[in-house]
Amino acid sequence: MFSGLKDKVGEVLLPGDEFSLETDDTISLTERVKPEKVVCGPGLRRSGDRLLVCKSGVLRHKQPNMFWMDSQQRRYVPAKGETVIGIVTVKSGDVFKVDFGGSEQASLSYLAFEGATKRNRPNVQVGDLVFSQFVVANRDMEPELVCVDSSGRANGMGVFGGGGLLFTVSLGLARRLLSPHSDVLSDLQTLFPCELVVGMNGRLWVKSSSVQQTLVIANLLQSCDTMTAPQRQELFRRAAQGAL
Amino acid sequence: MKDDALSTTAARTHRTDSMVTPYRHCQTADDQPSLFSPVRNLIVEEKSFGPCEELRYGRFSFKGFNPEVEKLMLLMNPRDETETKDEEDVSRMQTDVTDEEMALRYESLVESMKKKFAKKRERAAPEEEEDVNHNAVETTTKRKFLKPQD
Repeated sequence: MFSGLKDKVGEVLLPGDEFSLETDDTISLTERVKPEKVVCGPGLRRSGDRLLVCKSGVLRHKQPNMFWMDSQQRRYVPAKGETVIGIVTVKSGDVFKVDFGGSEQASLSYLAFEGATKRNRPNVQVGDLVFSQFVVANRDMEPELVCVDSSGRANGMGVFGGGGLLFTVSLGLARRLLSPHSDVLSDLQTLFPCELVVGMNGRLWVKSSSVQQTLVIANLLQSCDTMTAPQRQELFRRAAQGAL
Repeated sequence: MKDDALSTTAARTHRTDSMVTPYRHCQTADDQPSLFSPVRNLIVEEKSFGPCEELRYGRFSFKGFNPEVEKLMLLMNPRDETETKDEEDVSRMQTDVTDEEMALRYESLVESMKKKFAKKRERAAPEEEEDVNHNAVETTTKRKFLKPQD
């Protein structure tokens, strides 16, 4: 299965393609055949003895044994450990309800902030933006968010932003902005001094020194989603010159 | 196939932490391969893109707009391997004591401890000179009280 998967890396696969556990024709008598472990990421599922593709896209591979489907979508499905931007909608007793763009709202406990105790409640109002991560996110339970990591430190999570602009882009662009050697980010770095928060649910928040610059950056990011690299660099150059 | 009555209504009602703990960390899968299938341990499912594409920390600040976020960017993003190695080497050099240093320190330590417990008269005496022939050196005996003779 591992070799079958490796052959297809970089190819377009459709839902329904499957990889089954191969039985070798030649069984070596000298050494024990050790089955290799495969980590299947988003877009691939285990079904019985086989590995099924459940999203159409390109198969990607990372050493030593990780495979996943690179696909494009706008609707976010929560996954444990991902950091997202949420909007607080309801403040009821001990729990906030946060909208992150999924099928239901996530709950965020008031104790899940750094330095929060029963007496010392965090200062969170309805309508605030929170940068938080999922601690429970599966399809059978209500998603839960926390603004603190496992050792109790905030690490930049929590309520943020006075001013600035929140807008949505596709999930692919959000991931491209967060990838290690991102071209879009390096183009953006040279443009204006600004602050940017990227949520993996496709929400971006931008703040710059003037309203006009903020709007320029927001428009640039929304439009460069479907552009090729040269087109995008041309657009950024025009923005830097002040034409936009 | 979902267990509608049990899981969804339970999920919607308000729950305390203790009620949730049994299910908190297990991922539900609808097709479980048979218990004796070798494939069950071979394929690990990972639902998030984060570890796959090695995504970075989500807050950015450019050209010094927000200095705190810039500090966070340095802290949270995984540092390059070469950087951390150099830092380790430097710190080890500064804190480690070499063997020679240790021997010198220990020598002088023994001297000072000996002096500390020596009697006042011995402490004040000057250092003995090195005798090549190692002749026996006369040691000063402690002076006793002499009774007056009639």
